[in-house]
Amino acid sequence: MKITIPMNEQKLESGVCPSFGRAPYFLLYDTNTNESKWIANSAAESSGGAGIAAAQLIADSGADTLIAPRCGENAEKVLSGANIKVFRSVDGTAKKNIDALIEGKLSPLSEFHAGFHGHGG
Amino acid sequence: MVDKPLTVAVLSGKGGTGKTLVSVNLAAAAGEAVYLDCDVEEPNGHLFFKPEKPEEETVEVKIPQIDSDRCTGCRKCVEFCAFHALAFVGDHPMLFDEVCHSCGGCALLCPAGAIRETDKMVGTVSSGRSDSVDVLTGQLNIGEASGIPVIKRLLGKTPSGGECPVFIDCPPGSACAVMESIRDADFCVLVAEPTIFGAHNLAMVYELVTLFNKPFGAVLNKCQEGANPSEAFCLEHQIPILGRIPFDSELGALNSEGNIAARENQWYRELFGSLLERIGKEAQHEAAFDSQR
Repeated sequence: MKITIPMNEQKLESGVCPSFGRAPYFLLYDTNTNESKWIANSAAESSGGAGIAAAQLIADSGADTLIAPRCGENAEKVLSGANIKVFRSVDGTAKKNIDALIEGKLSPLSEFHAGFHGHGG
Repeated sequence: MVDKPLTVAVLSGKGGTGKTLVSVNLAAAAGEAVYLDCDVEEPNGHLFFKPEKPEEETVEVKIPQIDSDRCTGCRKCVEFCAFHALAFVGDHPMLFDEVCHSCGGCALLCPAGAIRETDKMVGTVSSGRSDSVDVLTGQLNIGEASGIPVIKRLLGKTPSGGECPVFIDCPPGSACAVMESIRDADFCVLVAEPTIFGAHNLAMVYELVTLFNKPFGAVLNKCQEGANPSEAFCLEHQIPILGRIPFDSELGALNSEGNIAARENQWYRELFGSLLERIGKEAQHEAAFDSQR
């Protein structure tokens, strides 16, 4: 599995970023090799369509799984089009979330919010 | 000095402050006038004017249509789109049309000629007459992200240098749609409520009209006995107070029945008449001051 997680800091021991599209970094974790890679989110500063661009970045990274607290409906269309499964994160570090996923303790994210379109959020 | 009839924009930092009350009544008090409802997400001025036999036209924007047989998957369009309205999924671009800003760049750029522009209907503009007022209403389709194309069409339908004054009922807030609505205005009227929240919202639109270098003044709505934080803000920033509308149950009753106070009630006819005069004087003063600069 190649897991990706939105992150505020480039540390496995730090928590999951509450925003998907505007997270500063994405962790890309390969469960076969236990290797971590960090991707700077070039979409974070977008004036609009950040979720779409961030999902594109993840689709292009070769990830097959996303762990995030929430995700917009536009990003979801890109992710599902690229066959990326989305799971809801739990409180705690990236490492804790990866372990929980491997143990089958995370549930799929099934609710996707509408875009904020300049109305805050 | 100012011989040409004024275009007056009425705005406020939040909804429910009295933009429609003020703009509808100013237009009614002006006699021959044009009323533009640019609050395209929830236009309600027509509920008061009840224009007869309004004519409706549709507003379209251009969006790309992608011919997947011709698309070679080069991704040039996806990389070009500054608004991220295109993503590349599987073998082809995927369009998010509500994010598209209709720039047409993708169609120009596509080396395979796989993209052409098509029309997408985003809203309507209806025009009708109510006594001596031309009533133009913009309505954005539900779910659309941007009302700008509808507002542009509305403003484009107003005869520039026309014979009568124009009153623009703006959307609430101070974002893009409001900026578009006040762009051609000669004068801005800021409507404010007598609360701390109201004063905060007044500060937002004050910042906007200052940034746009528009002449402006405030109307204090829902005035009661006691402190008025919006009035305090006006005094502190030397904002001319053009008029005060009382927190009055008779006005409330007229308004909630869809009646126009300036047409039904002598006292309010005079209030909005003198507000109109004051706006004219302020605008004239600004123009005179401008010509000296």
